Amino acid sequence: MNRPRAKSIPPKVWAGVVLLALALALLPFVAAFAGQAWVRILNFAMLYIMLALGLNIVVGFAGLLDLGYIAFYAVGAYVYALLASPHFGIHLPFWVILPLSAGIACAFGVLLGAPTLKLRGDYLAIVTLGFGEIIRIFLNNLNAPLNITNGPQGVNLIDPFRIGSFSFARPEVVLGVAFSGPQKYYYLLLLITIGVVVVNLRLQNSRLGRAWEAIREDEIAAKAMGINTRNIKLLAFAMGASFGGIAGAVFSATQQFVSPESFGLFESIIVLAMVVLGGMGNIPGVILGAILLTLLPEVLRYTMEPLQNALFGRVILDAETIRLLVFGIALVAIMLYRPAGLWPSAVRKRELEVKGGTA
Amino acid sequence: MSVNSSVLLAATGIGKRFGGVQALTDVSFSIERGEIYGLIGPNGAGKTSLFNVLTGIYMPDSGNFTFDGAPLDRLKPNEVAERGIARTFQNIRLFQNLSALENVMIGRHIRTRAGVFGAIFRDRQTLAEEASIESRSYELLDYVGVANRANHLAKHLAYGDQRRLEIARALATEPKLLALDEPAAGMNATETKALKALLDDIRRDGTTILLIEHDMKLVMSICDRVLVLDYGKKIAEGSAAEVQRDPKVVAAYLGGEVTLNLRRA
Repeated sequence: MNRPRAKSIPPKVWAGVVLLALALALLPFVAAFAGQAWVRILNFAMLYIMLALGLNIVVGFAGLLDLGYIAFYAVGAYVYALLASPHFGIHLPFWVILPLSAGIACAFGVLLGAPTLKLRGDYLAIVTLGFGEIIRIFLNNLNAPLNITNGPQGVNLIDPFRIGSFSFARPEVVLGVAFSGPQKYYYLLLLITIGVVVVNLRLQNSRLGRAWEAIREDEIAAKAMGINTRNIKLLAFAMGASFGGIAGAVFSATQQFVSPESFGLFESIIVLAMVVLGGMGNIPGVILGAILLTLLPEVLRYTMEPLQNALFGRVILDAETIRLLVFGIALVAIMLYRPAGLWPSAVRKRELEVKGGTA
Repeated sequence: MSVNSSVLLAATGIGKRFGGVQALTDVSFSIERGEIYGLIGPNGAGKTSLFNVLTGIYMPDSGNFTFDGAPLDRLKPNEVAERGIARTFQNIRLFQNLSALENVMIGRHIRTRAGVFGAIFRDRQTLAEEASIESRSYELLDYVGVANRANHLAKHLAYGDQRRLEIARALATEPKLLALDEPAAGMNATETKALKALLDDIRRDGTTILLIEHDMKLVMSICDRVLVLDYGKKIAEGSAAEVQRDPKVVAAYLGGEVTLNLRRA
C-alpha cells in the first residue's frame, strides 16, 4: 500500500513561494509609504482573516448559521486584557494567555453549541445572535457589584506583546532598519495567521472536515452513515470559537485597549459577510473576502473626497456617508452577480494511483 | 440468541403511529444471514416507515429489534450504523456538493478514528488511515461501477450512477445488513439488470440485504423471501412464489372486494 503521495515540488512552485514570502515580508514597508495607518489596516486584515476562517468552520463547513460569532472574539480579547493589564495587576506572558484565550473561547463555543444542536437555519441564527448580544451586555455590565470587566470604559494599559525587554509597542531600530510598532506586530500577526490558515486547510482535508461537510449537505444522511452529528457539530462550534479567541487575544495585545463597543452585532455581520462574499467553505475565498472587506472601506475613506473634488469641483457627500453607501452597493452587486462568492470552492480532485487504475 | 445464530435481524411487534395514522401495526419478521429479504406492498403500506424505525430515524411506539444477537433499542441512527446496518434512501440523499469519492470516504467515517490532533499534525498513523480510506473508497466506487466518475460532484452524476453511489457509500460503513429503499426506482431495464448483478455480488461477498422495491420482476427474481405489508400490517411472508399466489397479496395490489369494503367503512 506504499504509494508515493507527495511528488517532489517543481522549481516553479518554489519560486512562487519565495516570491510570495518576499512580498509578504516587504509589505509593511511598502504600506508605510502611504502612512502607518495602512500598516495598521494590514494588521486588521489579518485579524479578520483569522476571524473569517474560524467562522468559516461553523458556517462554511458545517453549514450552521452563526450570527453571534464576534462573542468569541470578545471572550479571547477580554481573557488577554484581564490577565495582562493593571486591572487585576496580573501580567502573564502572551504565549501563556494565547492558548488560554483559545481554550476559554472554545468552552464558550460548546456552551453556545450545546443548547442549539437541534436548530438550523433561521432559528439557529436568532439564538446565536442573542448569544452574541448577551456576551456584549455582560461585558458592559460586569463592573458591579464586583468589577470584573470595568464596564463600558473597557480595559486600558494592556501589556503589549514582548519578547524579554523587546516590546512590540514602540518603534525601534533593528540591524539598521527602523521598525514602527505596527510593523513589528505585522510579523507576529503574519506568523499566527499562517498557522491558522495551515490548521484550517488541514482540518478541511481530514476525516473531521468531511464529516462537517456531510452535515452541511444532508444531516439525516450523515447520521445514517454513522456520523455522530451531535459531537461533530459541537466540535465545529468549539474549533471555530477557538480561532475567534486567538484573534481576540492578538487584537487585545495589538490595541492595548478593549471595550465592549468593539464587539457589536455589526462586527459579527461583517465577518459573516467576509465568509459569504469570499466563498463559503473555500479557504482561499474566505481569505480574499476578509482582505477585500477590510481594505475596501479604508480605500473608499481615502479616495471618495478627492474623487468628488476632481469630478464636481467640490465635496457633495462626506467620505463617511458615501463609503458606507458604496460599500453596501458593492456587497449587493457581488451577491447578485456571484451568488456563490467571489472564489467559490471547486471539486477537490484526488489524483490516485490505484493498482490496475480505473480513472 | 447467540451471535452465531442464523438469524441476523429479528423484529417483534413493531408499531408506529403518526398522529391519527397507524403507520405500522404489530409487524414481526426475521432475516437470515446471507439472504436477500424483500419488503413489498402498495404505496403508503409502511415500508419506508419500517426502514426509518429500523435505522433509528423514528423511535417505534412498541416492539423491538434484535440485531446480530443484541437488542437494537433506542439507538440513534449513527449508533445503528455503527452496529452494522447501512441504508440508502428512496429519494436519494447523497452529499450533493461533494465528489463521488468524498461521498464514499464519508462512509468510512465510522470505521476510522483520526481526531483533531491527527487532522492538524498529520502524524504517520493519520496519513496511513487517510490513504486507506481513499483506496478503499476507490475500490468501492469500482465495485459499484462509478469509479470513472470519482472526481465528479455527486449532483452531476447520472441518476442510475447516483443510486449506485449511494450503495457504495452505504457499503463503506462495512454493514452486516444493507437496507435498500427502492434502488431500482427510475432505472431502465439495462440499469436494473446491472443492479441485479450488483446485488448478487454484494450477497455473495457476505452482506445480507433488505430490499424495498416496486419492480416486481426484480423482487421475484432475486429475493429469497418476501414480506408483504399493507396498511401497516404484515399480510404475507414467504418465498417469492408463495407470496405471489397469496390471495391477500393479490387483493392488496389489485384492490379486492373484501378489503375495499372494509376501508370504506
